[in-house]
Amino acid sequence: MSLSLLLEQVLNGLQFGMMLFLMSAGLTLVFGVMGLINLAHGSFYMIGAFACAGVAMATGSFFLGLVAALAAAAVAGVLVEMLVIRRLYDRDHLDQVLATFALILVFSEGTRYLFGSFPLYLDVPPLLSGAVALPGGIDYPVYRLAVILAGGLLAVGLFWLVGHTRLGIRIRAGEADREMIAALGVDIDRLYTIVFALGTALAGLAGAIVGTLQSVQVGMGEPVLILAFVVIVIGGIGSIKGALIGALLVGLTDTLGRSLLPVAFAAFLPPSEANAVGSALASLLIYLLMAGVLVFRPSGLFGAVRA
Amino acid sequence: MIRERYLNLALLAALLAVPVLAQVQGAPFTITLATKIAIFALAAVGLNLALGLGGLVSFGHAAFFGVGGYVIGILASHARNYEPFLTWPVEVAGTTQMLVLWPLAVLVAALVAAAIGALSLRTSGIFFIMITLAFAQMLYYFAVSWPTYGGEDGLPFYLRGDFPGLNTMDPISFFGLCYALLLVALWLFHRLHRARFGLALEGARQNPERVQALGIRPFQVRLLAFILSGAITGLAGALYADLNRFVSPAMLGWQTSGELIVLIILGGVGRLCGPVAGAGLFFLLEHWLGGLSEFWQFWFGLILLCVVLFARGGLIGALAKDQTHD
Amino acid sequence: MTEPILEARGLCKTFGALVASDAVSLDLRNREIHALIGPNGAGKSTLIKQLSGDLRPDSGQVLFDGHDVTALHVAGRARLGLARSFQVSSVASEFTVLQNVLLALVGRERGAFGLFRRVLSDTRLTEPARGHIARAGLAGRERDRAADLSHGERRRLEIAMALAQAPRVFLLDEPMAGLGLEGSGEMTALLDALRHEAPILLVEHDMDAVFALADRISVMAGGRLIATGTVDEIRADPEVRRAYLGEAVS
Repeated sequence: MSLSLLLEQVLNGLQFGMMLFLMSAGLTLVFGVMGLINLAHGSFYMIGAFACAGVAMATGSFFLGLVAALAAAAVAGVLVEMLVIRRLYDRDHLDQVLATFALILVFSEGTRYLFGSFPLYLDVPPLLSGAVALPGGIDYPVYRLAVILAGGLLAVGLFWLVGHTRLGIRIRAGEADREMIAALGVDIDRLYTIVFALGTALAGLAGAIVGTLQSVQVGMGEPVLILAFVVIVIGGIGSIKGALIGALLVGLTDTLGRSLLPVAFAAFLPPSEANAVGSALASLLIYLLMAGVLVFRPSGLFGAVRA
Repeated sequence: MIRERYLNLALLAALLAVPVLAQVQGAPFTITLATKIAIFALAAVGLNLALGLGGLVSFGHAAFFGVGGYVIGILASHARNYEPFLTWPVEVAGTTQMLVLWPLAVLVAALVAAAIGALSLRTSGIFFIMITLAFAQMLYYFAVSWPTYGGEDGLPFYLRGDFPGLNTMDPISFFGLCYALLLVALWLFHRLHRARFGLALEGARQNPERVQALGIRPFQVRLLAFILSGAITGLAGALYADLNRFVSPAMLGWQTSGELIVLIILGGVGRLCGPVAGAGLFFLLEHWLGGLSEFWQFWFGLILLCVVLFARGGLIGALAKDQTHD
Repeated sequence: MTEPILEARGLCKTFGALVASDAVSLDLRNREIHALIGPNGAGKSTLIKQLSGDLRPDSGQVLFDGHDVTALHVAGRARLGLARSFQVSSVASEFTVLQNVLLALVGRERGAFGLFRRVLSDTRLTEPARGHIARAGLAGRERDRAADLSHGERRRLEIAMALAQAPRVFLLDEPMAGLGLEGSGEMTALLDALRHEAPILLVEHDMDAVFALADRISVMAGGRLIATGTVDEIRADPEVRRAYLGEAVS
């Protein structure tokens, strides 16, 4: 494999990682601040993708679609938090798992009712279509580069938000001690709604961005949700930094594994077998990565030791 | 209010009576439905051991269910095709003998549970839920991308395994086997619950710190519970594979894990016959709602949400008088 | 002089910049009640956790009956006969009183892996359990759920569980806390009787109880052990008075 092909795969890995970061950032905050496990986070990813596809098809503008995705996922997040999630903070994890599992069923079937079972396809907007030449003579899609860039900017923005704003101070205080921040006079219900909706908006954005790379369909959220879990287990609960590092690790490991392992096995196996063995093993890599982190750091790379 | 013991007997009697009546009336579909209920109840009895008694919210029991199924599928397909399963270091042929396949499925599921449990039980709470889910998903993707045994399309094997003296393709006979194994598993659950092990396991759920200070290591007790739990669920997976004469990655999927938890909640967590009540309720709802609407899962989701938010304790909890453990 | 049954040798433990244990050495001998006192934040809890195995010291040793148990986990030390009660009373709250004590017996007989050995119908367990419950003053309450007990009764249940462990050492962390005047009086009498069972290392803020029960007293302040001696010696020690007793007793 040539160096330029490797560079291409590294960029693909980064792009995948950035998408996972958008998905994991909200999830890890909700885990960290509210102590809530939200299986329905993938539904907001799906809502974002469908909102973007629907609006983009109706108006012809991908960017209006992105705005719609953010808005739809945020509004759905606020509603779900106020109607359901709020009642779950004091419940045990089992109740949280069940209630959010039920939400997945409701959202998935509701979307199937509205949009049908056939996948929708989103086009890359003209502004971001085309490719740029990378060193080594490989053309790389502008859109994917834009995703990496946007992900990086959003990461910087989130670090700033959590590290340097009043909201961020409250979020961090809420992670440390719920009673304390209530005692400080912060409206904790509103804080929780905001954090939850921030997370769902980011998930919706991730879904909209991916909608142009893959098809938009019911059930698209859950595989990504489980990857986001892997990211959080690796990065540590409640840590934005952990989510970023974890997401990039998972993105790169998965992408490079899938492209390199079949090649590596081809060195001593016949091509068809090498491909089969290589890609089967590649699908295990990120979970092995997770297992490795668990053995050495049970609470994740950047998690507080409280598991 | 009814005593839980009578309720349990009534449930088990109903699960037996319905397919027997259906046999008399010639309604094989009902027998299949009852078989499915018995099999999923068995799988949930396994999960109930870890989740109900041990408080271990495993969102990855599909792994054991699917592994049990694949043991059957793989060995049965080798046997039907007359290809040995292994040629080196010793030749191992496939088999269709249930009495050989079941213990193998149990053993392999237990080994997988030991590996997953040993890693996952290093953590607790939310971490444990996410990790068990992730490991199950790992097996799912492995099954999808491993082409030898059907990959994404799954693996059909046309005929059920053989059981001495029974025609297993006869629906009522196969139901009988599943029902008998369910009874064995329920007996096992009951005995474990009432034993020193059960006391230690429940103690570790309520107060691991205290249990440890009494000289019992929660990790070890939980790991054993997790392995037994996975083994029982693996056996259910084996039966499910035989019922359908087909295994596919879907058995390993996260929805299966979620459904098993739902069954237990519907029936009542930690209660002996909770899984039976839950499985019965779940598949009857599926049958009934599915007849009403193409989008039955939407309504099922709403019902489930209401049960979680407003009606805890499950069906048995609602019907039976709350018994103190004595 | 008897050999110490439990001994801490030069235990050091720091959390970041905080020195919680600064070369603490302390021993517990047979048939004595040894009280550990000191102001809040003196490092008593950290010391207890190192003795029980919840915390691993940065340096130093813990000896149990002459054997080094520094690397042994909590459950292992419990099986050697280290019985404890917690600062905040800690029982299995969904279990009955009887089940809680049975749990302690199962821990002692290393029976947690008895998959088919019944508990409640096994008189080899229930008979001694009832005995321990009665000794702790809870006779007749066997079938009540631990969650339904009063605070004082839960303290007694902890004592019954400790008795069931066939203890060689009691490690009691503030057993009087929150008991009120009458309750502490009863608990004092109970502890006084327990010393014949096994020696007690007693962390306590209730000075009346400490002076009534203790054979020896150790005083901690700022992570250091500043004095160990008899009740009279401690009362007279000027450093102790300065560090602690000056405020607590006149």
